[in-house]
Amino acid sequence: MAWTRDDMARRAARELQDGYYVNLGIGMPTLVANHIPMGMDVWLQSENGLLGIGPFPLESEVDADLINAGKQTVSTIPGSSFFSSADSFAMIRGGHINLAILGAMQVSEHGDLANWMIPGKLVKGMGGAMDLVAGVQRVIVMMEHCSRAGEHKILRKCDLPLTGVGVVNMIITDLCVLAVTPEGLELRELAPGVTLEELQEKTGAPIHTAPVVLR
Amino acid sequence: MKKLYPDAETALKGLIKDGQTLAVGGFGLCGIPELLINAVAGSGVKNLTVISNNAGIDGIGLGRLLDNRQVRCMIASYVGENEEFERQLLSGELEVILTPQGSLAEKLRAGGAGIPAFYTRTGVGTPIADCKEVREFDGHQYLLEHALKADVSLVKAWKADEAGNLIYRKTARNFNPMVATAGQTTVVEVEEIVPTGSLDPDQIHTPGIFVQRIILNSAPLKRIEKLTTR
Repeated sequence: MAWTRDDMARRAARELQDGYYVNLGIGMPTLVANHIPMGMDVWLQSENGLLGIGPFPLESEVDADLINAGKQTVSTIPGSSFFSSADSFAMIRGGHINLAILGAMQVSEHGDLANWMIPGKLVKGMGGAMDLVAGVQRVIVMMEHCSRAGEHKILRKCDLPLTGVGVVNMIITDLCVLAVTPEGLELRELAPGVTLEELQEKTGAPIHTAPVVLR
Repeated sequence: MKKLYPDAETALKGLIKDGQTLAVGGFGLCGIPELLINAVAGSGVKNLTVISNNAGIDGIGLGRLLDNRQVRCMIASYVGENEEFERQLLSGELEVILTPQGSLAEKLRAGGAGIPAFYTRTGVGTPIADCKEVREFDGHQYLLEHALKADVSLVKAWKADEAGNLIYRKTARNFNPMVATAGQTTVVEVEEIVPTGSLDPDQIHTPGIFVQRIILNSAPLKRIEKLTTR
């Protein structure tokens, strides 16, 4: 039984720590917000200029001037702050954000990330993704292990244009949790019912199942 | 010097010309100068280079300038919500310079602050690093990114006083403060204009030195792109 999107979000939330400032990417990563442990102080950052993202508003509270980076209406919480996009990316590029969780099209065994462009298809833009992966202290990719067509997304080398080089620290998929180490990909957890053989077959790079011994 | 103008058309008259570079504030449709953009659309100027994080949506915001084929080059970080934009891009009518969002914000900040270029780790090893100088600092590689300036900047703020001091509201601030500094002439659209002296100097986000012209739009449309409630 592979993990559901909610299982993956719950697993990703275990990487949070008290006092963390976190940027969650558009789509599946936003589910992580539903699993922040009670009593843990985690501040969610939205790169358009909000620190301390609150829940989606009630219909009566909707404010067109208050949106997240996905352009959805949101709310504030006690302690929230607003700032310019330049200040926002000073937080990001300056290494002040502890963790970014984002989606990907491809990840390499060395942590290269591709998530913004498919040659031959229309390019919509990288938004803030290149700044986030270049500047945030720790980057976790959360994605389906294979593409809808069943193709490998975790590879020895990405063949799509890159968003960043050597920037991903951990990969959480519906099948497993992988750490990106200097020696390659290291298996941290396997979803229930998934065999090592199946995992390796669905992965385009070797997976080390025990901590790699440094020579 | 009087900075108040009766409407957007008057404020832009004689200011906007063919072939100029415009910088426009806003993130998606949040915090865009609606009336000023509409006035540019109505003016018929052509061959514009437009610097803005996004390109509006079909028929709204900068989408109107695209519908009119007034834009030759767009400098933006994300242009996903505009079909006419896609069509012009694929047909080669429109040039697009995709720029990472943080680098775009910093390019405008640098342009307004008299800094010609800066180094950043953003984009190293990616397609946007092509033809850009790479330099190593403390063992890490950085890209040289050049500043951006505009002939005319179009800004949306919440309140202004008659001296041009500005206060933004919530996440409608976004790119507006940097855009305000990067313009040779900066024109601002606000929801309320108050007498000089009635804003608390400690609360001002953009000082009036960056603002040359102000118009009032007391009832902006503020279209919501993705209404999400709980």
